[in-house]
Amino acid sequence: MSEETKSPPPGSAGEPKPAGRPWVSPLVTKLKTRYGSGVFEASTCLGQNCLVLDSSITHEILNILSEEEEFDYCVDITAVHYPKREKPFDLVWILYSFPRNQRLRVKTMLAEQESFPSSIPIWSGTNWLEREVYDMFGIRFDGHPDLRRILLPEDWKGYPLRKDYGIIEQDQEWVQANLGIESGQ
Amino acid sequence: MPDSTPHPSPLELSSPDKTFLDSNELILNMGPQHPATHGVLRVILKLDGEKVLGVECVIGYLHRGVEKIGENRTYAMFNPYVDRMDYVAAVSNGLGYCETVEKLLQIEAPPRANYIRVILTELNRLASHMLWLGTHALDIGAMTPLFYTFRDREEILKIFEKYCGARLTTHAFRIGGCLYETYDGFERDVKKFIDFVPPKIDEYEELLTSNRIWVERTKNVGKISAADCKALGVTGPVLRASGVKWDIRKALPYAAYPDFDFEIPVGANGDTYDRYLVRMQEMRQSLRIIRQAVEGLPEGPIMAKVPKVMKPPAGEVYHSIEAPKGELGYFIVSDGSTQPYRVRVRPPSFVNLQALDLMVRGQLVADVIAVIGTLDIVLGEVDR
Amino acid sequence: MLDYVTSYLSSNTTPGQAGNLVWALIYILIVFGGVSVAVMAMNWLERKALAHFQIRLGPMRVGPHGLLQPIADAIKLLTKEDIIPERADRLVFWIAPLIILCASFAVYVVIPFGPTHAITDLNIGILFMLGVSSLSVLGVVMAGWASNSHYPLIGSLRSSAQMISYEVAMGLAVVSAILMTSLNPSGTGTLSMIGIVEAQQRQQIWYLFKFFPLGFIAFAIFAIAMVAETNRAPFDLPEAESELTAGFHTEYSGLRWSLFMLGEYAAMIAVSSIAVTLWLGGWLRPFPNALTGATWDLAFSLFPGFLFLILAAVAWVGVIRMPKHPYFRVQTLGLAGFGVVLGLIGLVLFVPPVRDRIQDIFWFTAKVAFFMYMYIWYRATFPRYRFDQLMRVGWKVLLPISLAVLIGTAVAGVVL
Repeated sequence: MSEETKSPPPGSAGEPKPAGRPWVSPLVTKLKTRYGSGVFEASTCLGQNCLVLDSSITHEILNILSEEEEFDYCVDITAVHYPKREKPFDLVWILYSFPRNQRLRVKTMLAEQESFPSSIPIWSGTNWLEREVYDMFGIRFDGHPDLRRILLPEDWKGYPLRKDYGIIEQDQEWVQANLGIESGQ
Repeated sequence: MPDSTPHPSPLELSSPDKTFLDSNELILNMGPQHPATHGVLRVILKLDGEKVLGVECVIGYLHRGVEKIGENRTYAMFNPYVDRMDYVAAVSNGLGYCETVEKLLQIEAPPRANYIRVILTELNRLASHMLWLGTHALDIGAMTPLFYTFRDREEILKIFEKYCGARLTTHAFRIGGCLYETYDGFERDVKKFIDFVPPKIDEYEELLTSNRIWVERTKNVGKISAADCKALGVTGPVLRASGVKWDIRKALPYAAYPDFDFEIPVGANGDTYDRYLVRMQEMRQSLRIIRQAVEGLPEGPIMAKVPKVMKPPAGEVYHSIEAPKGELGYFIVSDGSTQPYRVRVRPPSFVNLQALDLMVRGQLVADVIAVIGTLDIVLGEVDR
Repeated sequence: MLDYVTSYLSSNTTPGQAGNLVWALIYILIVFGGVSVAVMAMNWLERKALAHFQIRLGPMRVGPHGLLQPIADAIKLLTKEDIIPERADRLVFWIAPLIILCASFAVYVVIPFGPTHAITDLNIGILFMLGVSSLSVLGVVMAGWASNSHYPLIGSLRSSAQMISYEVAMGLAVVSAILMTSLNPSGTGTLSMIGIVEAQQRQQIWYLFKFFPLGFIAFAIFAIAMVAETNRAPFDLPEAESELTAGFHTEYSGLRWSLFMLGEYAAMIAVSSIAVTLWLGGWLRPFPNALTGATWDLAFSLFPGFLFLILAAVAWVGVIRMPKHPYFRVQTLGLAGFGVVLGLIGLVLFVPPVRDRIQDIFWFTAKVAFFMYMYIWYRATFPRYRFDQLMRVGWKVLLPISLAVLIGTAVAGVVL
């Protein structure tokens, strides 16, 4: 999936540029006719189909994928952080359709403080997955009933999977206050 | 489309100004240390007398930052870390990771390596299910199957030890194939094992399957429908027991599974008893696969041509395998350097544990333990 | 003095009936001592048998084959710190285990080890036993309440509800056995424990087999209800560790907890004695009527001696198989000594006067020991019942069946 496209979002240095082929299918055609330029890219790379979308229409398209295109199982939601990019966060959904035995990856780009509508109304299993994305990256999900940290303690400061959080960095305040030791390192 | 309206946190009492003696509701804490939670899991129950109104799981006690570590290790160096997630079925974790990186590198493991991988993975599936059976029975009160299953699991661990030197966190596979050739007597050991185990599985079934106390404790306990499973993303034996005949080994085959003939056991009701039956059947099917693999083990190299310094071309890939607990997926983003840019592990136990709340509503307190056991979670995988 | 002893030995009644206080006290001491030793032996047997069911060895280090393990456990529990929760009700906390212990031990005064081998023979013996053993429910509730913590409270309430539910079925099963004692010319039955066994002897059948299958079903109901009464597997939800409420004895540690365990094992032996007396013919040797005659009597009377000789032989086999390492020297000597003692007891049991007197006690004890083994077997095999299923079994399954058996027994007694 190439980030170097002329249309938004702007590409940046150090981006992965795999060799992908455009993905041609009725689904793609339907989405492109409906959303036009919102669908930045639809490609097949290493045997996997991927859609790159604009963040404003992604929620609707997820709805369409679930209701009309029978993608009834949300396998995973995750994010990737590209700090040098204008819209640093890549939010990735991996979807699977039981009736069609097809897997699909849907990606969108998010800006620094941008939040995204929660997918819980579409697939209820995205509850904890979104909490983990929030915990690790700080991406907020609107409409999530209980958006708080899941793996780290409630009052931890910092979002560990961001690239500006060091590998041996820790929330020293929390460690000192709660564990009574100087540092966990 | 199956919905669910998100439910509020169960931790609020309906009338918070009353004390626990006034109202009927009680908040009970099954703390991180508890004999029956299979690891460090905290479960907060909201009870009305004996009935469970809601459950909240607090996890993260075993969070070790595996995904962050992945970004700071080379592809080969990260391989031992994945064993430590689902430490009960370490071989499957390794298989998933190696196959994902092989997809990125666009290489394929040779056939002999694939067969060895399948044999070890299915042995590990057996070991994982045996451990599940022992601990699940122990939670429900039958102490003896635990010892029987551990005794038989010893045989599997002996085979692993002879093969790669480790019993539990095996690091059995390498990117591109297997490092170790099968030891002298590997086929003989595995064949002896395949003959030794079926009567043992019959023994476990004899103790439990038609035992009326077992049936009463597990039938209609923790029911979940197929639609709920799909909406929640629950996979593995839990999904199959609810009636969905789906197994990644058949739907999106990997390794040498297309060569083998096996069945996917399916349950009807989605309750604990069906999950028990499905896992018992899976054990037998695993034996079938191992037998076919050992008898048809091809000759040839066990390692593909992998560059010494692995720099997969930039790209991202998602690959999943059917781990004993469910769909174990790896999403790896590569930026062309020797270290992955992002490693995401999609843990089956994490997603399955979300279903706990739905499964125990309206049931009794003693059933919570049974349902946690039947979900077969490993906290190492939930927390990573 | 000697006349006193010989006059007693040739008398025909129990000390209580004879009004002989000294002998009654001696009997009480013997019985209570025996029960205490039996509880320790039961503790060892449970750990060993459970281990063997689970393909492991059990205690092996403390004494040869773990024979001294119960003593080590007792010493450990005695020397533990006595912890009482801060806001616990101290008096009630202290009394609760004592009540359970006293209730469980008090029933031993009527247990018949033989026609004259009981401390006393109340003519309401069985009623006394059922009534006094129910008092332990009070101790259970007191223990949960005094702990001032809601988990033991919930556990003790569950435990007491369970015990009360199963007493009803137990009582009805007992009544149907009592009914069978009235099938004699005078038409009156008896509640006295010794009288029940003598009735079985007169009617020449163990009540287990009488009016088959009615007697058998009554026995089965009692056997299941007695396991629930004593809070043992598969009815041990109130005291299981892997459930949420850990039972009424959570806050008890050290000696107080061991009193609970003592009371539990004593209650197990007591209710097993009821079952043996009512259905299994008490002290009667097997097949008293099918295999009659002097030779059969002789053969059966040699049985205890042979049993102890076999046990001595097993101990000696253990001695031979002990590792020949200096570390094991003391254990080997101990086991050899134990084997010698068992052999001597066996030889003593061959002596005719001893043989005759010991018959009843031996058969009674052997039957109770069978029940003890069954308790352990149940614990190793069965999963646990959930509490609502437990109550359902007690009220909806056992109670109707026991009522039906009672009516059936009454009808059969009149008709047959």
